[in-house]
Amino acid sequence: MAILITPETKIIVQGITGDFGGRHAKLSLDYGTQVVAGVTPGKGGQFFEYGAHKVPIYNSVADAAKATGATVSVIFVPPPFAADAILECVDAGLDLAVAITEGIPIKDMIRVKRAMTGAKTRLVGPNCPGIVTPGTGKDSFGGCRIGIAPGYIHKKGHVGVVSRSGTLTYEAVFQLTSKNIGQTTCVGIGGDPVNGTNHLDVIKLFNADPETHGIILIGEIGGNAEVEAARWIKANCKKPVAGFIAGATAPAGRRMGHAGAIVGGAEDTAAAKIAVFKECGIEVAATPSDMADALLRAAKAKGVTLT
Amino acid sequence: MNIHEYQAKALFEKFGVAVPKGTTATNPEAFVTALAALPEGPTMVKSQIHAGGRGKGTFTNGFKGGVKFCKTKADALAMAGNMLGQTLVTAQTGPVGRKVQTIYFTVASDIKKEYYLAILLDRATSRPVIVASTEGGMDIETVAHDTPEKLFKVLIDPAYGIADFQIRDLITKLGLAGAEAKNAAKLIRNLYTMFWETDAAMVEVNPLITTPTGEVLALDAKVSFDSNALYRHPEIVALRDLNEEDPKEIEASKYSLSYIALDGNIACLVNGAGLAMSTMDIIQHFGGTPANFLDVGGGASKDQVIAAFKIILGDPNVKGILVNIFGGIMDCNVIATGIVEAVKEVGLKLPLVVRLEGNNVVAGKATLAASGLALVAGDTMADAAQKIVKLVA
Repeated sequence: MAILITPETKIIVQGITGDFGGRHAKLSLDYGTQVVAGVTPGKGGQFFEYGAHKVPIYNSVADAAKATGATVSVIFVPPPFAADAILECVDAGLDLAVAITEGIPIKDMIRVKRAMTGAKTRLVGPNCPGIVTPGTGKDSFGGCRIGIAPGYIHKKGHVGVVSRSGTLTYEAVFQLTSKNIGQTTCVGIGGDPVNGTNHLDVIKLFNADPETHGIILIGEIGGNAEVEAARWIKANCKKPVAGFIAGATAPAGRRMGHAGAIVGGAEDTAAAKIAVFKECGIEVAATPSDMADALLRAAKAKGVTLT
Repeated sequence: MNIHEYQAKALFEKFGVAVPKGTTATNPEAFVTALAALPEGPTMVKSQIHAGGRGKGTFTNGFKGGVKFCKTKADALAMAGNMLGQTLVTAQTGPVGRKVQTIYFTVASDIKKEYYLAILLDRATSRPVIVASTEGGMDIETVAHDTPEKLFKVLIDPAYGIADFQIRDLITKLGLAGAEAKNAAKLIRNLYTMFWETDAAMVEVNPLITTPTGEVLALDAKVSFDSNALYRHPEIVALRDLNEEDPKEIEASKYSLSYIALDGNIACLVNGAGLAMSTMDIIQHFGGTPANFLDVGGGASKDQVIAAFKIILGDPNVKGILVNIFGGIMDCNVIATGIVEAVKEVGLKLPLVVRLEGNNVVAGKATLAASGLALVAGDTMADAAQKIVKLVA
C-alpha cells in the first residue's frame, strides 16, 4: 500500500481551466492518473479535452464529487481564492485536498486551519509540489500524480519521501531511482508556515505502511516541525530514516522576524535541527547529493532491504 | 515587508494604541516646524532606519547613538543635525550601515516600568500568539533563555479573536492593576485588532511602558507585514521605503525573482527555495562562499533568467557562477536558452558551472553544448559545487 493516494484514486482539479492547472492536469493524465473532474465556477457543463481524454467540468467541488465519486482534489486556483477552494473541499467531505497555490495570505491559512478542526478532510500544502504514488509502468507511469512533480523520475518501490521543498524532493527521488530504489509515496508538505499536514503526520503514515521500508525526511530552517518528527521517530519508528536540512548558510532574520525564534524555541536553525536528527538516530545527509546514500547507510545499519 | 517606527506608530494611533506624541522631519529646515508641534520639555531624537540596535549604533562620522534623550527641544534641534543624512551602523545593519533619511522627534515619557509585548504567528499551533514579559527593553531571546518564567504566551483562537479573560489573565501576570490595568487592556486589545486587520506578520513593542500617572504607552514599535497579503492592503504598500532595501533585491522583485545578497564570491541561480538554500550550503560545504540566494521560481521565463544573470553580475564580489536547475515544473531547455542568451548579452567572462536535471534535460544540455560557450557542466550538485569552488579558488 502507498499512503494517501493510490493509482485508483479519483482526482478533481480545481482551476483546471487556468494555464497552470490545465498544464499539470494534462501531465497527470499522461501519467495515467485518474483525473475525473475539473471545477471552475461558471464553467460547469463544459469539458477539459486533451487527446482522447474528455474531463467534465463542474461548478462546484460538491457537484464534481457527487457525479464522479472523486475523493481527492488538487487546488491550482490563485492565492486570493485558494482558502475558499480548500474550504469547499472540506464542505464536500473529500478525504484529501492538495493545495499547490503559492502565496496564500497567512491569515487566510490560520482561518482555514481553524475551520478544518474536526473535519474528515486532510489538507496537504499549500505552496507544495503535491504527492506522487508511482505506478508500475515505464518511468513509473500508471501511478497517481497530484500536483506539479515530474512523474517520470519516480519508480515504484519501498521508500517514503516527505519534504517542505519541491525541488529537493525531486533531487531525492531522482537519486533513489538512479540507484534503482523505488518509492511508495512522495509527499511535498509545502514551504508555508501554516500548512495542513506536517512532517510528523506523514512520518506516522509511512511508519504504519508495511510497504514502506525506509524514509527520507527533508526539512529546512524555521519552525520546529522537523524536530517534533525526529523525536517521535526516536521513540516510535523502527524503520531506517535519512534526513537533510537546508539553510545552514541562510542569513539570520531574513525570512522570519526576531520574535519568531522565541516561540519556536531555539531549535529552528539548520545546525540545531541536524543535532536533534543525530540525537534521534536519523542518518544525516551532509549535502543534498548524499540523501539516497544516507538512507542506504541507515538501511544497512538496521539490516533493512530497500529494493 | 517592514516599515519605520514612525509609520508603525501612526498605525498604532489609528487603531487606538497609545504612543508618545511625535513628529518627523526629513530635512534640517523642517526640524523647527516639527519640534513646534511638541510641548516644551524632554524630547527624544530617533533615527529612522529598518534595523534594530539603533540606540547602541555608531554613525560612520564617529557620532555615537542613533536614539538620544535631550532635556530640551533646543537640544533636540541641535542633536538631530548629527543624525540626519548620516549613515548609522548597528548590530543589525552590517558594516555598510543605513543612511538616516528621516528624524522622529517624540515627547520623552517618564518611565515607571518597562515591559515587552509582541504579537506574531505561533507555527506549532497555527494561531496568533501574544508574547509578553515584565522584562522590557531587554533582548527578548535572552529573557527567554535566562528567565523563561518571566515570559508569558497567550494563544488566540482565530475564530473568536482575543478574549477578555485572556487579557485580564495576562495583565495580572504582568503585575498591572488599577488605571494601568485598564489602559493596558485597551492597548492589548487594540494592538491585536491592528495585527489581525492589517495582515501583520509581527508586531513588537519593546519597551511598552507605564508612567507615574498610570498611562500605558508603546515607546518603540517594530511592525512587519505578510507579503502574501499586501495585494489587499494598498495603504500598507504605500508605506514601503525603497531606500531601506538592497537595489539588487528591488530589481529582482520586479521580475518575481527571490534574491538575497550575501557576502561570498560564488553566485548561484537555482529553481526552488529549498534547492537554492541547499546550493548555498553545498558551496560552503566544499570550501567556497555563496554570494547570494536566488530562486527563479517555478515558471521562470527567458527574460527572468536574463534578469537574474544581470543582477548576479551587478555584485562586484562575484568571481564565479553556479547554475543549479532541477526542472520539475520548468523546462530545462528554457533555462539553457536563457543562460546562453544572457551570457551572450552580458558578455560573461567569469567561470560558469551549469548543472541541469529534470524536465527536457536532454534538449537543455544539447542547447548548452551547441552554444560554443566556455561553461563547465556539472553532473550532480556535489560535482557542480566542487567544480565552481575550484574554478574561483
